[in-house]
Amino acid sequence: MADNPYLPYPVKIQQIITETEDKNLKTFKLVFLNKEDEERFTFIPGQFCEISIAGQGEIPIGIASSPTEKGFLMFTVNKTGVVTRFIHNMKEENIIGIRGPLGNWYPWEKMEEKNVVVIGGGFAFTTLRASIVYMLHPENRNKFKDITVVYGARSPGLLLYREEIAEWEKRDDINVHITVDATDDPNWPYNIGFVPTVTEQKITTSEDSYALVCGPPIMIKFTQPVLEKVGFTPEQIIMSLEMRMKCGIGICGRCNIGDKYVCKDGPVFSLAQLNELPKEY
Amino acid sequence: MSDKIIKKEELTNILKALKETYEVIAPVKENGFYSFKPFKDGGNIDLNFTNTRLSPKSLLFPQSERIFEFNLDEKSKDGYIVKEHPKDYPPSVIVGIRPCDAKAFKLVNINFDNPEFKDPWWVKRMEAMTFIGLGCNEPSSTCFCTSVGCGPFNEESLDVMLFDLEEYFLVRALTEKGEKLLKQGRVDKDVDEGLQKKADELRIKAEKKISSSVPTDKLKEKKINDLFNAPFWDDVAFACINCGTCTFLCPTCWCFDIQDEVTKTVGDRIRNWDSCMFPLFTLHASGHNPRPEKVQRVRQRFMHKLNYYVDKYNTGVACVGCGRCVKYCPVNVDIREVFSLMNGL
Ligand SMILES: Cc1cc2nc3c(=O)[nH]c(=O)nc-3n(C[C@H](O)[C@H](O)[C@H](O)COP(=O)(O)OP(=O)(O)OC[C@H]3O[C@@H](n4cnc5c(N)ncnc54)[C@H](O)[C@@H]3O)c2cc1C
Ligand code: SF4
Ligand code: SF4
Ligand code: FES
Repeated sequence: MADNPYLPYPVKIQQIITETEDKNLKTFKLVFLNKEDEERFTFIPGQFCEISIAGQGEIPIGIASSPTEKGFLMFTVNKTGVVTRFIHNMKEENIIGIRGPLGNWYPWEKMEEKNVVVIGGGFAFTTLRASIVYMLHPENRNKFKDITVVYGARSPGLLLYREEIAEWEKRDDINVHITVDATDDPNWPYNIGFVPTVTEQKITTSEDSYALVCGPPIMIKFTQPVLEKVGFTPEQIIMSLEMRMKCGIGICGRCNIGDKYVCKDGPVFSLAQLNELPKEY
Repeated sequence: MSDKIIKKEELTNILKALKETYEVIAPVKENGFYSFKPFKDGGNIDLNFTNTRLSPKSLLFPQSERIFEFNLDEKSKDGYIVKEHPKDYPPSVIVGIRPCDAKAFKLVNINFDNPEFKDPWWVKRMEAMTFIGLGCNEPSSTCFCTSVGCGPFNEESLDVMLFDLEEYFLVRALTEKGEKLLKQGRVDKDVDEGLQKKADELRIKAEKKISSSVPTDKLKEKKINDLFNAPFWDDVAFACINCGTCTFLCPTCWCFDIQDEVTKTVGDRIRNWDSCMFPLFTLHASGHNPRPEKVQRVRQRFMHKLNYYVDKYNTGVACVGCGRCVKYCPVNVDIREVFSLMNGL
């Protein structure tokens, strides 16, 4: 973190990848302008940054690349409002800023020697991608037991990181279950069905496991009972939350749930922690 | 340093002397209301107030402040790079601050200056500031400071305390910063026993004059969700019109927004006071809003002050009992009643 926690590091957009056929999601590969900033920036999967665009403002976005991927940072942005729309119209070589890394991370120490179940829906797959790449790295893979992924989108064209996921499919050190709500492609090689349904079919034990769950509220609502049915306790279910944010460092007072600031005490919470807090998110 | 004494009419000259080293800020009456303004040699200072309408929080945390600047010229070498805006933090002294408002700075300081992150602008202004308090001889009917860990002559957040003894001020240095300042202002005449005694009596009398109190003894043991789901929130919020006056005037409300403003190819990043009373405060880009209803926002304000803050920092409630929100709420929402409801649940 810089000495002034509000001051962004300048970065350059190195590459822009359109992820989905509706063009609403683009991945931005960013490189630091200053070597010292890059050296200072060390992060853990699950953390996020404030992406800062001079003249437009700042938005909190999860870090989609893994710390094992060197030389760049990756963010996948859904086009919704003022700042996200603006960044979608930017070009490679443009200068923006990032502040971070911010927030906490997935509980990596607790997950060591455990099975890890990753459940994602829609575009909330960004820090989950970072986590999978991190776990699959040769230096890390043997720290974890089985890795199982259930990832779904409305249709095949809306899946993020498709080529990469197809590569994971082929490996034998990770079980990947891709699903779509519906498709008219008769040769669709993967699952058809909602994430909770596929989770029910594929995740049959909670033994020695942690589940990382990120997705739209409706997906979370129906996935939670499925996990509980096979014995996941609230401590074993880990989620990442979104709240409207500004400072990202627990000072501006905007993003609280009870006495926790999602930007600083989160965004990662176990269901057990959330059960202790007011339902106001 | 022993207590000193000055004649009241000497104060202006002392402040003039201090102005050589410090920016001097004092209560000033304008358009019928008091607020803290730079002290002018002509002597615009007016200490005949109970409480200023606006709290002095803007002295450390301006209502609107340029924090960064940038240019949007793609051809320029530093185009689109957000930069610090150079600022001065001259040594400053605020004269005549009430003990409650000074304590509010201490409570808010926990937020802006914490082990993980320091808000550079707040921290530097805080370091540069010396607080000369003025004890309250005549507290107002809406003051309830004594029941929230403060008091009309509470010294804990001040560097110097003034006791108003009719034609004199008794001047008490409370910190090294305060002693330094008194030396600078050449305040060196020791007080005699009679006036010393008068000051002690004044303090005791003033504490007795606080007619209003709130219960806080059970707040610490309350469970967050019991309070959050309590049955009284609809009643508490019923009359509120979400105008934000309470949060605007409150010395312990600190929420802010950050916005960029651009003119042609140059721009500023600006931080502005914000309020949890407004629906936009929590609105997501998706349209989802965790606090879409007025009752949720009113609950947030009181839960933050009397529960979340209490649990998070263990230094009591985030209210100093200044009474501003009680006095100026257009529909008489009264935090003192909410203390009773929450403490009594
Ligand atoms: C921890 C975290 C991680 C996130 N990760 C991603 C991600 O990887 N990819 C992605 O596309 N989106 C992500 N989001 C959501 C993203 O931040 C919002 O979609 C974005 O801020 C909308 O900004 P806007 O200017 O386009 O919208 P506007 O509605 O115009 O918003 C104006 C301002 O409000 C704030 N704001 C509005 N909505 C949100 C929101 N949902 N969350 C936080 N602040 C908000 C921002 O400060 C924004 O600049 C994440 C949010 C959080 C909290
Ligand atoms: S001043 Fe009164 S009416 Fe206005 S927001 Fe506060 S409580 Fe509501
Ligand atoms: S909540 Fe009301 S009484 Fe308490 S410090 Fe704020 S304005 Fe003063
Ligand atoms: S975004 Fe400012 S407190 Fe969380």
